[in-house]
Amino acid sequence: MTPFTYARAADPDDALRLAARDGTAYLGGGTNLVDLMRETIAQPARLVDVSGLPGAIEETDEGGLLIGAAVRNSALAEHRLVRTRYPVLGRALLAGASAQIRNMATVGGNLLQRTRCAYFYDSDGSRCNKRAPGSGCDAVAGFNRNHAILGASPACVATHPSDMCVALAALDATVQLQSAQGARTLPFAELHRLPGEHPERDTMLAPGELITAIALPPLPAAARSTYRKVRDRASYAFALVSVAAVIELDGDRIADVRIAFGGVAHKPWRAARAEALLRGGPATPAAIRAAAAAEFADAAPLRDNGFKVELATRTLVATLGDLVGATA
Amino acid sequence: MSILDAAKGAAQATIQAAMGKLVPLAPDSWIPGGIPDPLIRRQHGVIGAALSRLDGPLKVQGAARFAAEFPLDDMVYAALAYATIPRGRIAGLDVAAAEAAPGVVLVMTHHNAPRMNQPAVFGSSPEAAGPADLPIMQDDRIHWNGQPIAVVLAETQEQADHAVSLIGATYAPEPATTSLAAAKAAGPQPGLFMGQPLRNEIGDAEAMLAAAPHRVDQLYRTPRHNHNAIELHGATIAWIDGGLVVHDASQLVSAEAATLAGVFDLDVAQVRVTSPYVGGGFGGKCLWDHQILGAAAARLAARPVRIVLSREGVYRGVGGRTLTEQRVAIGAEADGRFRALIHSGIAAMSPHNNMPEPFILGTRSGYAADSFSLSVETVTMNMLANTFMRAPGESVGTFALESAIDEMAVELGIDPIALRIRNEPDKDPTSGLPFSSRDIVEAWRAGADRFGWAQRSATPGTRREGEWLIGMGCATATYPYYRMPGAAARITLGRDGKAVVEVAAHEMGMGTATTTTMVAAERLGLPIDAVEVRYGDSIIPGAILAGGSQQTAAIGAAVIAAHRALVADLLKLAGNDSPLAGLSADEVGCEDGGLVKLDEPTRRESYASILDRAQRETVVAAEEASPPLELMHWSMHSHGAMFCEVRVNTVTGETRVSRFLGSFDCGRILNAKTARSQFRGGIIMGLGMALMEETQFDERNGRIMNPSLSEYHIPVHRDVPEIDVIWTDIADPHTPMGAHGIGEIGITGVAAAVANAVYNATGKRIRDLPITLDKLL
Amino acid sequence: MSISINGALAELPQDPRVSLLDFLREDLHLAGTKKGCNQGACGACTVLVDGERILSCLALAVQYDGRAVTTIEGLAEGGVLHPLQQAFIEHDGFQCGYCTPGQICSAIGMATEARRGAASHVTADLTAAVTLSREELQERMSGNLCRCGAHNGIIDAIGEMVAAELAA
Repeated sequence: MTPFTYARAADPDDALRLAARDGTAYLGGGTNLVDLMRETIAQPARLVDVSGLPGAIEETDEGGLLIGAAVRNSALAEHRLVRTRYPVLGRALLAGASAQIRNMATVGGNLLQRTRCAYFYDSDGSRCNKRAPGSGCDAVAGFNRNHAILGASPACVATHPSDMCVALAALDATVQLQSAQGARTLPFAELHRLPGEHPERDTMLAPGELITAIALPPLPAAARSTYRKVRDRASYAFALVSVAAVIELDGDRIADVRIAFGGVAHKPWRAARAEALLRGGPATPAAIRAAAAAEFADAAPLRDNGFKVELATRTLVATLGDLVGATA
Repeated sequence: MSILDAAKGAAQATIQAAMGKLVPLAPDSWIPGGIPDPLIRRQHGVIGAALSRLDGPLKVQGAARFAAEFPLDDMVYAALAYATIPRGRIAGLDVAAAEAAPGVVLVMTHHNAPRMNQPAVFGSSPEAAGPADLPIMQDDRIHWNGQPIAVVLAETQEQADHAVSLIGATYAPEPATTSLAAAKAAGPQPGLFMGQPLRNEIGDAEAMLAAAPHRVDQLYRTPRHNHNAIELHGATIAWIDGGLVVHDASQLVSAEAATLAGVFDLDVAQVRVTSPYVGGGFGGKCLWDHQILGAAAARLAARPVRIVLSREGVYRGVGGRTLTEQRVAIGAEADGRFRALIHSGIAAMSPHNNMPEPFILGTRSGYAADSFSLSVETVTMNMLANTFMRAPGESVGTFALESAIDEMAVELGIDPIALRIRNEPDKDPTSGLPFSSRDIVEAWRAGADRFGWAQRSATPGTRREGEWLIGMGCATATYPYYRMPGAAARITLGRDGKAVVEVAAHEMGMGTATTTTMVAAERLGLPIDAVEVRYGDSIIPGAILAGGSQQTAAIGAAVIAAHRALVADLLKLAGNDSPLAGLSADEVGCEDGGLVKLDEPTRRESYASILDRAQRETVVAAEEASPPLELMHWSMHSHGAMFCEVRVNTVTGETRVSRFLGSFDCGRILNAKTARSQFRGGIIMGLGMALMEETQFDERNGRIMNPSLSEYHIPVHRDVPEIDVIWTDIADPHTPMGAHGIGEIGITGVAAAVANAVYNATGKRIRDLPITLDKLL
Repeated sequence: MSISINGALAELPQDPRVSLLDFLREDLHLAGTKKGCNQGACGACTVLVDGERILSCLALAVQYDGRAVTTIEGLAEGGVLHPLQQAFIEHDGFQCGYCTPGQICSAIGMATEARRGAASHVTADLTAAVTLSREELQERMSGNLCRCGAHNGIIDAIGEMVAAELAA
């Protein structure tokens, strides 16, 4: 680890002030950042600890949730309103990492997790445009079983590793940000980027900008939601593919549906094409399969990850099928 | 392989050289018609009891001190830098920034490392433990991607880690073979170890295969694996008065000490290697570069050193199991009898070691057939030296063989258990030796009964619950009985009625400390708490390798020898005033803290009384074990019948093992509790091998790309069902205690049992491990 | 800046790079907490902070200023083993013993989570009361790897502790 200074922020303004200089990183639970620092992939000169900032979960006037960025993943999963109203979020949280890590990891930090691409992690021996811009990508023609099938670029084929973020993408969450320029709100879908020419940038955050909270809009009472994760062992593994789904039925037709995929792209992949095809139609396996086919029409599989198209399709069919079949 | 053939080779050499005079002096137990170990007859003692581990209280309190936990005054911490090319030369090493970094005490590279002899490579002599036939940090040559190129010592681990990240290296690469295809194109070589070819030809197997009415002929592939003991490789090293002390996590303290002595031009008595606890070994905790580099740096800096590899460092510097490609072809009659059994293929090796993963070993004695063609060939790749990992040979060999037998059962429409029993040999089919004990049919019947094998449908894909298809599969498990020469034991019996037994053996979780105490107590006629076993220290006489499942037998034979000497000494001390006067060692036994005439139990005297009268505080006997003659007379193996039930998800292809039973025939079980754990542990590692384990070796540059426990998957709790274990408990009359080592057999057959169950569930035959979900979509 | 370790106050390290794990092992010589990967992938370094299980390898010690840490060395009281430590011995919930301190600390934290009603990935109904079935225990303990294969004994031991709590 490269030497750094450590300071604990008393409040968000304090955090912004402490982080005013270049080379500062915010420290949440440390579950990803400390590891990246140990690998010298992250080398901040200063850490500003924001894990002690107020971290409440509040019900909003509209019936949604406002989640402080310092809330721990486990606390969010345990919250009564998450369990009752947002099972997709609760299940995504519980599918992630291990209980110990969920006890440490903050919601804000979870949003900023970096990819688990092995070539990104191999700071000594591999080329990676995300870690060292312009150096090249050894994953494109290497081990890429875990890599992206959608939205990748020649510069980067990495995937976003979070489970929670996939649920947030399906929930149309918004992210509340604060910087020296003031506060702003970003739709969740606009937080993470596709790699394009600049895979070193994971998000649309400005330098020094602090995530203060996540806002969840209310879900219609009739909505059913869940999260399904597929991985190589039964627990404590990153997703090969995951599906977050929220569905509202009107009789046997789909009144509204929201779908996000994990493990397929550089960001949680909101399946807008599939949603559009499904809205107003029947929730039959054939219709869902057709919608998935449209969503994955542009999929560009690599050497090892072609199976993800079929796996994601099947997982979507089964997940929506379960929701439709469930007596809510 | 190395262990087994080293043992056999050494045994043969010893035996052949001195057969004439050794045999009459050897204990009768090891020759035909001999008298079995008297402990086998004792049925009501502590042997076989389910005794909790004696080191349990220490371990559950975190009070057992592992290698990297010895505090030494003035100690510095080490960090290593690793090469990033597979072959070539170091063109430049920039260490200035590292040397200037805070807290740095030393940066050692090939430029300033002390001159050291090349460690004697494992297998080159009985004491040799070197990882490869290579000098260590003596020149600018790079032999594998991940080779250590620099050592930093600093006052804290944080400082060492930071400084090592500042080292800049440039290379002059040279052509390297890092793809299997290129290695194969360069031509396979016959697998040879200690001059013994890995080849058996009996009859014309190819012709008999071609003529057989039923044939299976398939290729099976197994990937590289890593041991992944949870304890990182680490050592605490100090030079004291010109001698070298290494507190290590080691499976071979004596050989390691001897090899280190050779490296540093020391007398072996100047080197002490301790290994009180090993946090998992599985073949991986032997001598690798890091102990030598740590010792060299400690000498250069004149400070004690703690060197702990990072998890990535373990993958870079400690070899694992190599990859194999195996052909198994079986020709059979309609009634199931095998006419031809062919098992051949390749294993990759580095140019600098000799470990041709011997996947045919289990096939040599597994089944009767009219003809055999068995061979292992090697191909050479520029990579870290591969090594033995739990059940070297059999673990991957049984995957191929036992999958093929399942395929033949399908081809013939015969139950796979019945097919195996139909081809049960009456003597070793390739060596012709009689089996010392073989009750595998009993294990099959008991296992099938308990597992409910009769419930299985022979038609694949017929049992379904919701999204899940359910199937059952089975396979044979097998691993040799082995015992290596060189073991010794020292017994110190005190007037207080307590005994100390010392063996240069190892406790890596097998329960050795506990079972050795149990056996010694039983043999000495003492209660468990009157016996203390000391181990894991090279200053103890003899050499006992924790490997090849031979440690229990080696200790057993050594303790038998020392015990005989002890009894003889005690009889001498007893003298003419003892009720035992005039008796020989063969006429007495040990019971209730003393000696007793076997056929006249009223003639007895306690140890305390004998020593009292002799005015002695202690009596000490140290002896070497007799040569392992039993291996010359019998084909000696452990056996098992593995049963697996899997659930395969029809949506995702995920496979979950829902039930598993191992039914074992492994001689007499010494401790029911620790034995059950040993069997289960092997089975669970086998489940990992079946479903998820693979060391990803990037064929472009020979770099291991998943050097972490998050990317190399081993089973987690939720992957592990309740595993049922039963055993025949039939003693092998030709081994110490009637026991066999049981550390390795558990992993054998498991991958095949899983694959066969997956076939039964889905109708899909997976012939390349691991069975990941993409192969089942 | 100070931290409570098993009830005793300790000064935090000057170097903010020092992990809670290395602080325990190297500075305080409390080597019962184990280092298996140093990257949050094995669970061997699990300790309890204010009763919550965390991975001490991913925790910078300075971040835990003012907190109360319990390690494996702090579980036995007056020389009497914690019931779970005893259960691990009885059920042979370990072989080499290296992952054991992490498994035990993790299980104690797990039981606390379950008592307050926390669900897991395998909980069928997120709103229902928690029942610690074997599958629940396995899922909740999956953050602690074991390579020797002591999984059955570990879950048996934890199951015994959980059952004893329910009976009490």
